[in-house]
Amino acid sequence: MHKIWLIIQREYLTRVRKKSFIIMTFLTPLLLAAFMVIPAWLATFSDSDDVVMVLDESGIFADKLESKEDLKIIPIAASSVEQAKAAYQETDYTALLHIPKLDLDNPEGIRLYSKRNISLQVKFRLENMMEKEIESQRFMASGIDREMLNKMKANVTMTTVSLSDRGERDSNVWVTSGAGIIGAVIIYFFIFLYGVQIMRGVIEEKTNRIVEVMISSVKPFQLMMGKIVGIAGVGLTQFLLWVVLSAIVVSGVQAAFDIKPAPTPIEQMQAGRDLATGEEPAQTEETSQADTLSEVSSAIANLNFPLLLGSFLFYFLGGYLLYGSLFGAIGAAVDNETDTQQFMFPITIPLIISFIMSYTVVIKNPDGPVAFWMSIIPFTSPIVMMVRIPFGVPASELLLSMGLLVLGFIFTTWIASRIYRVGILMYGKKINYKELSKWLFYRV
Amino acid sequence: MSILKIDGVTKRYANHTALDNVSFDIPQGCIFGLLGPNGAGKTSLIRIITQITGADSGEIYFKGEKLRPSHIKDMGYLPEERGLYKKMKVGEQLLYLAQLKGLTKDEAIARIKEWVARFEIKEWLNKNIEDLSKGMQQKVQFMATVMHEPSLIILDEPFSGFDPINANLIKDEILRLRDNGATIIFSTHRMESVEELCDNIALINRSRKVLDGPVREIKDTYKTDTYQVIGNGHLLITSPDFEVLEQHDNHGVFRASIRLLDGASPNDLLRYLIQRVEVHSFVELVPSINDIFIRKVKETYHA
Repeated sequence: MHKIWLIIQREYLTRVRKKSFIIMTFLTPLLLAAFMVIPAWLATFSDSDDVVMVLDESGIFADKLESKEDLKIIPIAASSVEQAKAAYQETDYTALLHIPKLDLDNPEGIRLYSKRNISLQVKFRLENMMEKEIESQRFMASGIDREMLNKMKANVTMTTVSLSDRGERDSNVWVTSGAGIIGAVIIYFFIFLYGVQIMRGVIEEKTNRIVEVMISSVKPFQLMMGKIVGIAGVGLTQFLLWVVLSAIVVSGVQAAFDIKPAPTPIEQMQAGRDLATGEEPAQTEETSQADTLSEVSSAIANLNFPLLLGSFLFYFLGGYLLYGSLFGAIGAAVDNETDTQQFMFPITIPLIISFIMSYTVVIKNPDGPVAFWMSIIPFTSPIVMMVRIPFGVPASELLLSMGLLVLGFIFTTWIASRIYRVGILMYGKKINYKELSKWLFYRV
Repeated sequence: MSILKIDGVTKRYANHTALDNVSFDIPQGCIFGLLGPNGAGKTSLIRIITQITGADSGEIYFKGEKLRPSHIKDMGYLPEERGLYKKMKVGEQLLYLAQLKGLTKDEAIARIKEWVARFEIKEWLNKNIEDLSKGMQQKVQFMATVMHEPSLIILDEPFSGFDPINANLIKDEILRLRDNGATIIFSTHRMESVEELCDNIALINRSRKVLDGPVREIKDTYKTDTYQVIGNGHLLITSPDFEVLEQHDNHGVFRASIRLLDGASPNDLLRYLIQRVEVHSFVELVPSINDIFIRKVKETYHA
């Protein structure tokens, strides 16, 4: 045990002290922060600048087109369009809106002149403002006023509730799927990134010819497990640092520049719509947003965090160990990295399939047969089961899947250690599957 | 007393036999030559001794006990294929390898200091292995092999890759270790390179042991009672006690190989010569291990 510990330490320390590790660890949160902050920062430049001159010959809109914080409306009085255009040319305003005499039933001929290309947002907002106003006028004409209309508006949001043996809980499909997918993605990348590191480490020991010195001191199995565990430590350290550093960097940058994170496209659309209504945002809409928010947070609160975190750690380690030992075996079987392709293929296939299936089939039907079987079979369960867990998985299935993963891990480690002990002393021989299967039963 | 007793060891691989019922003893405190051509089975035997692989049948006893994993820390092994972690610093690497052999960290650091002083390589400790020359790397590897002061040191092709100066340095170290009580096994196919150092040898050919024992005895057994004589005068041997195998005359100087026949002693030959010619040199022609090996191999094939 003492020797394994020494090996783990070496594998861990030599990697953590590498320049590439340090750079990757610190650069990634910075990049992340940059991706969040730069668009928001850029957005602050362009937003408040829009100024639109309005020549309203119809008189319908009078002073109904109001300036907003970031969209200024300047009504002008000009005798003709030509005159207005000339006036506009002398300014550096965004655009000139020309509203000719209008027929309320058929509003045509409205033009927006601009020197530069105009943003879609400005165009939509102006259109929206005018539509609203024309609608209002029409309502007035038919004897309905705005107040009454607001009363008649309906707004429906549904709260989804999951009924389970533990009673009713608020749930939110997005939150539930999100929690699972995040876990699955982390596991997927972790297995890939660090599995390949195990393989490289073994190949390096082989090509450096240190391996014979090593196994005259320690057992091949100790060497292999020490490497797998040591690299797991490296990976966990990196992920932990990423989480902590990202949080620090992002909140630090936000505080320093007083920038909100760049809004998501959906938020932008909503914001655009709200602003474009031209009137005080309807009360109902605000409450509905608040509802969604509280629903999300209550759904998050209702996720079974101890279970989620516990099973994440279990499948994270189980999946890594299962695949890690196989990656180690590949490293032992070949002489250099170019020869690894043929053996990498069968290992990466189940990983990729389970990843793709996770966010297509499994997420749509987390209790269906595909989801069930893939979450039971050890080679796919670490990823697929993570997606299923937030939706609720019967304890018996979970235990079966975990038990099989442990068995699967023991099985692959057995295979890997057999290949490993023969492979590390084998040089200059092209290995095929037939040869590999013979190694399993060699007496060493 | 023997430190290592090899008893009927056989090792088979998929399509060939690497060792076929090999038995011999290695006495404590000697320098032992494990000799034989490439592919004879030397490395297979060493890997069984160092417990990298196991024998199919037969036993090995280390200091009278059946070989077991705890014996590993009492052995040091320098494989033929040298290698170290290239990106690791010399000091860290030595510390790591010594700790894997069971030294505590403090012991290991003390030993490293001692060896670094002996080899005068203090300024290397913080260099990466890949920045050292090949000869330097070999020195580091030698240190790593013997640092835990094992009682059995196994060196596979020890002098390959060393320049003459470093080879001599290593030779001196090996002799010093032997004087301190360690037993050293040299494994090599270049028999002449270790002949002068070895106290005992075993010859292996085609997975079988051909011959083993103390070098002196083996040479006595295989000596041919032949002497090389150089001198002035006209040499013509007529006595039936001596047989001339080879003779060259050059402007009154002769050089001859003469074999003693039944019962004659070297002194008889010398007396006989002195009466007839002027003797400048009189040397016994001792067979080299290489000659013995070739003779022995021929014998086994013809037998």
